[in-house]
Amino acid sequence: MRLSRWLADRWVMIVALLVLGYLALPILVVAGLSFNRPSSRLSYDFNEFTLDNWRQPCATSDMCDAVVRSVQIGFIATVVATVLGTLMAFALVRHRFRGRSGINVLIFLPMATPELVMGTSLLALFVSAGVPLGFWTIVIAHVMFCVSFVVVTVKARLAGMDRRLEEAAMDLYASEWQTFRRITLPLVLPGIVAAALLAFSLSFDDFIITNFNAGATVTFPMYVWGAAQRGIPPQVNVIGTAMFAIALLLVGLSSLRGRRSRRANLLAGPAQGRQARRPS
Amino acid sequence: MTVLAQVPTGSGQPPPTPPAARSGRHRLLPYLLLLPGAAWLLVFFGVPLVQLAAASLYDPSGSLSTGYALTWAFGNYPDVLQAYWPQFLRSFGYAGIALVLALLLGYPLAYAIAQKAGRWKNLLLVCVIAPMFTSFLVRTLAWKTILSDNGALVGLLRDVHLLAPDGRLLATPFAVVLGLTYNFLPFLVLPLYASLERLDHRLLEAASDLYASPVQAFRRVTLPLSMPGLVAGTLLFFIPASGDYINAELLGTPNEYMIGNVIDSAFLVRLDYPQGAALSFLLMAAILAVVFGYLRRAGTEEVL
Repeated sequence: MRLSRWLADRWVMIVALLVLGYLALPILVVAGLSFNRPSSRLSYDFNEFTLDNWRQPCATSDMCDAVVRSVQIGFIATVVATVLGTLMAFALVRHRFRGRSGINVLIFLPMATPELVMGTSLLALFVSAGVPLGFWTIVIAHVMFCVSFVVVTVKARLAGMDRRLEEAAMDLYASEWQTFRRITLPLVLPGIVAAALLAFSLSFDDFIITNFNAGATVTFPMYVWGAAQRGIPPQVNVIGTAMFAIALLLVGLSSLRGRRSRRANLLAGPAQGRQARRPS
Repeated sequence: MTVLAQVPTGSGQPPPTPPAARSGRHRLLPYLLLLPGAAWLLVFFGVPLVQLAAASLYDPSGSLSTGYALTWAFGNYPDVLQAYWPQFLRSFGYAGIALVLALLLGYPLAYAIAQKAGRWKNLLLVCVIAPMFTSFLVRTLAWKTILSDNGALVGLLRDVHLLAPDGRLLATPFAVVLGLTYNFLPFLVLPLYASLERLDHRLLEAASDLYASPVQAFRRVTLPLSMPGLVAGTLLFFIPASGDYINAELLGTPNEYMIGNVIDSAFLVRLDYPQGAALSFLLMAAILAVVFGYLRRAGTEEVL
């Protein structure tokens, strides 16, 4: 019995590690290919080690233009979606009003609808309304599919917040605005930042919806899609690896900060208090 | 935000009453907060769906340049179904096989992270979402290298005779299903993890104290308690996987094309909007039917 349970434990962990390897393999390949000098433009095989791709990431200038455009679109869409979504999250968590279930459906549906349907339907609208496709139609589309994810993320943070902190501030004669600025906003901010990061990564990486609403404008995923037919420049893998490294860095920094603030035991709200006490 | 501001008028004021008790202009506040976001979703998500429905009923003889007439051409639906039913079947077939594979891979992974990882839990979770840190398309292209005819994997499989000497992995249904499984696996694992993380380990100990075998304990305790995560994860996997066409395009050939490839070319290459719109609607209807059928089964009937 003991032995079989021991084996069962290890069995699950070994399978888990193999699956993690399956998930990690393509990333390792992308990182490896970023140091590769391909034998021909259409070849995906390893050929020869080189640092050239990292020295000249913008050797194919269309690609860097596309990356810059994706960052611009991602930035604008993130700001708009984060503001709209945060306001909605406040309304949903902090207020009672008629029509709540309708709003909830409106927020849930975009997350459950296939991207393909959202992309084609928006294209049908733009075409019938005579809106020229390009940079701004992409921004509109990205805000549309990011808003719901922002609402869900900020709502989770708001719902886990201790209302008594705000009540205490009000009891101490803070005005509503002061309470919001000094208590509510700092406490919700991690949720808003997380939502913004999520929105940016969704926007930056979106291909299907963008593809239908871009017209002649080329974002980074669209560049990769087009290049997959003509032959991929190895610098694409440099961008892929750099993206990965930046995201990893952000996660590492935020977990370091989280650990430090937990140690300092600042603002031991219910969420943080629970995490600190959880045996790990 | 100015609506939120209430200027204190003096120190003699009684402390403000809690917001819920206040009325008047505060009754409007939730609507003001909701208005911009809800309007955006209505105009750019709701209205387009109506527009797409209209486009699916356009007279198919029109074109983008000559304009379309809304003739309530319901015949578009049987027409596209007749022309493209193999791609429809293939979409749901590939997505279904990928889902089964993902469950076989994802369940042990989620379970191990939730119950066995101890202090490595957060690190392993980061490893699960790590693929999403880099571009979806770049990751999918990496599989072209891994499965390449000159790659180590194909060489190994040929050496052990699992693959014929001229056998290929790339440009086969296998490659497409593998890509789908890989790309959407994290969406399955994360909700499953959230469910399994709350599982009280003492319940399993109780089951084994009562002479349940590990298999019985899994079927009678672990699996039922992880149902919410399993259902959510399955849907989060299946919906994008059945609508995907990137894997079929990059890792397959036209013989592996899914319904997404057809819709993409209807809208962007052939510019046949009525056909593309009808196909989009059929895809959504089919997915909704699968989802609701599945939810009813998972909700009302006992699993296994």
